[in-house]
Amino acid sequence: MTSTPPPPAIRLRGLRKAYGGREAVAGLDLTVASGEVFALLGPNGAGKTTTVEILEGYRRRDGGDVAVLGEDPGTAGRGWRARLGIVAQSAHDLGDLTVTEAVRHFATCYPNPRPVGQVVELVGLTGKAKARVRTLSGGQRRRLDVAIGIVGRPELLFLDEPTTGFDPEARRQFWDLIRLLNAEGTTILLTTHYLDEAEVLADRLAVIAGGRIVAEGTPATVGGRETQLATVAWTDATGRRTEQTADPAALITALTAAGPVADLSVTRPSLEQTYLTLIGADR
Amino acid sequence: MTSVSLPSSGRLGLARGAVELRQFFRSKAAVGFSLAFPALLLVLLGSIFKDSGQHPAASVAQVFSASMIAYGIVSTAFISIGTGIATDREDGTLKRLRGTPMTALAYFIGKLVVVVVTTLAEVALLLAVGVLAFDMELPDDAGRWLTFAWVLALSVVASTALGVAASALVRNSRSAGVVLNVPVVALQFLSGIFVHPISSLPGWMVTVASFFPVKWMAQGFRSVFLPETLAAQELAGGWEHGRIALVLGAWCVIGLALCLTTFRWTTEDR
Repeated sequence: MTSTPPPPAIRLRGLRKAYGGREAVAGLDLTVASGEVFALLGPNGAGKTTTVEILEGYRRRDGGDVAVLGEDPGTAGRGWRARLGIVAQSAHDLGDLTVTEAVRHFATCYPNPRPVGQVVELVGLTGKAKARVRTLSGGQRRRLDVAIGIVGRPELLFLDEPTTGFDPEARRQFWDLIRLLNAEGTTILLTTHYLDEAEVLADRLAVIAGGRIVAEGTPATVGGRETQLATVAWTDATGRRTEQTADPAALITALTAAGPVADLSVTRPSLEQTYLTLIGADR
Repeated sequence: MTSVSLPSSGRLGLARGAVELRQFFRSKAAVGFSLAFPALLLVLLGSIFKDSGQHPAASVAQVFSASMIAYGIVSTAFISIGTGIATDREDGTLKRLRGTPMTALAYFIGKLVVVVVTTLAEVALLLAVGVLAFDMELPDDAGRWLTFAWVLALSVVASTALGVAASALVRNSRSAGVVLNVPVVALQFLSGIFVHPISSLPGWMVTVASFFPVKWMAQGFRSVFLPETLAAQELAGGWEHGRIALVLGAWCVIGLALCLTTFRWTTEDR
């Protein structure tokens, strides 16, 4: 949109972190552009949460260069934290407060917070605004976490498995919220186990395994998806048939010329299949 | 947008205090255990030993009423801070706060607000039990209330700081009750909170207790609320205000130093 691209929101070079001799993150490079929705995928124990927590300033790194919003998270101060929104995993605090009280409390931490009622509405908790947090369902609690994460108008929002426990409808609403925040210019780093979520939301994504990035790209191209063979399936006189081809159109033309075919389908490997291949190949 | 400045630690601390107080008084377990338990103990002990005193100037129940204030402060300051921080570390409160522009100072101001409010409530409750149930008389001279003020202030600071330090030893909130209460209850016995006169305790017990704050806190409160003639029943035969101030002051310094060196935002904070 501008002539000179803004500096990246996140820039990681050679990030390393070991726990008791075991390398959880083993030389990781990553760049997240400003204004982007970036998804970080990977199995449990791959180093996702360690990486994200180093970016958030929760953990110290053993090596590498890290810049988040232009600052080193290991030394950055309050002003830097005010520009971040963090939705971490598995908090069970705030039980005795109401939803509104909890959001209002965190709003006081920021120089220019969003109106509390508006945030509660954005995450779809208006009907629960006066409910004690301990009475919320798992999905509602997660939405409160998101509300607290965005109340300070963050420039960069970290979402660590944000939709765990959501029903399908709540997840759709959440996706709309992410799109809205992103349209306002918020950069978003998302980790998730739901590949459909990454596919729908992410501008770009990376797959992390064994503490390294094993593939990076857009949801359509990651792991060479666009060049992989398509599977054509059909039923003819001999029964159900499948064939893999780089050019499904030509195969279908040939098939229909040869005689009647039924139940024709063309499928590319899903993101999930590509992902499973990627993380399996690393082991 | 950059011209808007961050809220000060003072303002955030008061916001923390308001939220923490709300959470405390909404939690029946916290109110019941921290506030009501020492009062219940006083009612029971006072009723059992009501008429067993040999001293004409004050009943044993009145002695307990004064001494028990020390236990009340240990409960609302040391124990509730120790378990409170362990719980905050475990349930994600501290991690969530760490991800915002909240400061450690604001967090501690919030805790201190809770300690001050609950301790004042606790002391008022214990005094009410002492006055209403056991005919303890509140002093009417300013000197005694001045003693009360400094003993209370030193007791609260030392207990709170040591509670923060002790929270570092507590691995999780489930074990907090045991880790904190066992030494506390033992120390109450050693310090003569539940025994009168303190000279009836074995000598080694009193020697051990003399190294810790509780004995001196209780002695300080006895000097405020009991007749002057009871000073003779203390081990030194007097109230020893100078020594009380010295020991409690030293524990304040030790506690604050420990709390600055041991506090961690999260367990993973390396």
